[in-house]
Amino acid sequence: MKMKKIILSILGISTATTIVAAISGCKRHAVAVAATATLVATNTQAQTLINGAGSSFDYPAFTKWFEAYGKVDSNVRFNYQSIGSGAGQKQLLGQTVDFGASDAPMTDESMATAKGKILHIPVVAGGVAVIYNLPGDIKIKLDGDTLAAIYLGNITKWNDTKIAALNSGVNLPDLAIVPVHRADGSGTSFIFTDYLSVVNPAWADSIGKGSAVKWPAGIGLAAKGSEGVAGQVKQISGAIGYAELAYADQNKIPYADMKNSTGNFISPSTDSVSAALATAKIPEDFRFSMVNAPGDKSYPISGASWVLVYQQTKIADHGKPLVAFLKWAVTDGQKLSSQLDYAPLPDNVQQRELQLLDTIK
Amino acid sequence: MSRTKSAFLPLFVLLIFRREKKFDCMATTKMTTATGQFGDRAFKWLTLAMAFAVFVLIALIGYELASGSHLAMQKFGWRFLISSDWDPVNDIYGALPVIFGTVVSSLIALIIAVPISVATAVYLTELAPLWLRQPLIMFIELLAAIPSVILGFWGLSVMVPWLHAHLFPAMRGTLGFLPLFKGPDYGPCILAAGMILAIMIVPIITSVSREILRSVPGLQREAAYALGATRWEVTRIAVLSYAKKGIFGAVILGLGRALGETMAVTLVIGNIAQIVPSLFSPGATLASTIANEFTEATGDLYYSALFELGLVLLGVTLVVNIFAQLLLKTFAGPSVKPQN
Repeated sequence: MKMKKIILSILGISTATTIVAAISGCKRHAVAVAATATLVATNTQAQTLINGAGSSFDYPAFTKWFEAYGKVDSNVRFNYQSIGSGAGQKQLLGQTVDFGASDAPMTDESMATAKGKILHIPVVAGGVAVIYNLPGDIKIKLDGDTLAAIYLGNITKWNDTKIAALNSGVNLPDLAIVPVHRADGSGTSFIFTDYLSVVNPAWADSIGKGSAVKWPAGIGLAAKGSEGVAGQVKQISGAIGYAELAYADQNKIPYADMKNSTGNFISPSTDSVSAALATAKIPEDFRFSMVNAPGDKSYPISGASWVLVYQQTKIADHGKPLVAFLKWAVTDGQKLSSQLDYAPLPDNVQQRELQLLDTIK
Repeated sequence: MSRTKSAFLPLFVLLIFRREKKFDCMATTKMTTATGQFGDRAFKWLTLAMAFAVFVLIALIGYELASGSHLAMQKFGWRFLISSDWDPVNDIYGALPVIFGTVVSSLIALIIAVPISVATAVYLTELAPLWLRQPLIMFIELLAAIPSVILGFWGLSVMVPWLHAHLFPAMRGTLGFLPLFKGPDYGPCILAAGMILAIMIVPIITSVSREILRSVPGLQREAAYALGATRWEVTRIAVLSYAKKGIFGAVILGLGRALGETMAVTLVIGNIAQIVPSLFSPGATLASTIANEFTEATGDLYYSALFELGLVLLGVTLVVNIFAQLLLKTFAGPSVKPQN
């Protein structure tokens, strides 16, 4: 009898504190509530916490997916650190996370240092818009060679004959071109320099591709982040820059139509990037570049971003939920990410990825 | 640091309790002295340990940076300091342009900030009416409290466009014959970075200088007045020359902050690592380069080169401080040191 009373009173007290905590929202109480919540969860079914780290380009997509996936499987929780692609690869190699995320595929050298086979799973794709600031409401067209020449410093005026040849009928001003690039290492720079390297041999020889490169000396300036580049282009008359499509759209900066491999001038959009993905040559291991993809509707400056996982998962019981999530992300999740200006993965790519995901143990 | 401190906290509590006890048992004198001596000794060792922790911390940071940059040191040796190449694609790294950017932007900051700060400090201690002093001091301290990223953002969106539209064309018109003020200007540049840094270090130099001027003995001033000196002469001879060593120390404190400042500089400097005479051209600093490139550095050598930039930054700060100490010794005179 006495025992029952004690138990009842304990129950009563804990319920009371929970209610008080919920009302007050005090930090210390919140911890207590969280602790109770986990306790309840572990009693019914073990909750899995999956850790990821890497690309900041993917971060908005992951945030949206994690939230929506809670409704699909409430027993899996995710923790993603948006620390950059390079750091994400390092964390995966150091086996401190379950998955990494990177805007550039891993190199053979760094794959060789891994303790196990690493798989590349493309999860999102995006276009890089070539933005500019010109007086008046001018819509311009550019091709890869002209863009490379601008960034190499060989074309310095907007009314240069090469630009004029692509834009007949457009009144180009006699204005100095100020090329703006990213100051920080970034996947956007990787896609941009990858494109210039593919279409322009001079660029490939002297600069090359990378998330950070040695930009031609004494030309233009650099800013931190896509928002930084967009900001500078907006401020400087005559500036040209590059940023993810979402930034260009949000900041209402005009962007150029780019000439693709079939000779069509294409405006960047989720559709034209998806078209590029559908026609891009994708090898077995998914380490591909989709710049200058064939197909008459493909936007040429686009790239994918990958989730990196070990084929043999390091923590045994994390494998299944992670694979289930990734399968969901590359199929159902694509509808959500396209709301955030990422290009959805086309069906043929989705099917191949599902097969690859089945090989994960 | 905070962890060490919290670890010592129980010891502190223990000491305080012992002290309390001392009052309780006043009668037993023998025991009291023993406890008191123990307490004093423990306190002495404790403070020594705290002071020593700073050395340990700096040594650890130095060691970490050195071991992190091992790979780059092995590959490039001293060439790292004199090479201008920074090419992550081909894995070739050299720090000279960023060292140049760091030193030049900090020097510009000093050239702008020192006259303003010293003049403000003199006004506050020697000339300002009492009712004005406190509000002015408060505003200067408020300036020190603005986070650097806010200043940087203000610099980018307000100051730089204004400089580009008004001040820079005017400077080009009047001083354009100097190579310092030639060449194209886009807005963000080394000069703009120097100006933002100047705003950031004015409060430090002003507050420390003010404390030093305040500690100049009143007798010093009275003596000068007695000799028939004017107010300007009193300030120059009796106050400033007496306090110059301390003011120099204040300037070095400001320089220390300018050298390591990251966020505000990144936003307004233009981030192009190059060595050019024009102050209107973009540049890059050690701190801004580390902040920009660290997260996406994939290669081991690249990573290591960024660590070495950190080591160089530590080195530059050290060299500047040693140089300043030597300069002080050379021009030693009757003076007041910063009282901390």
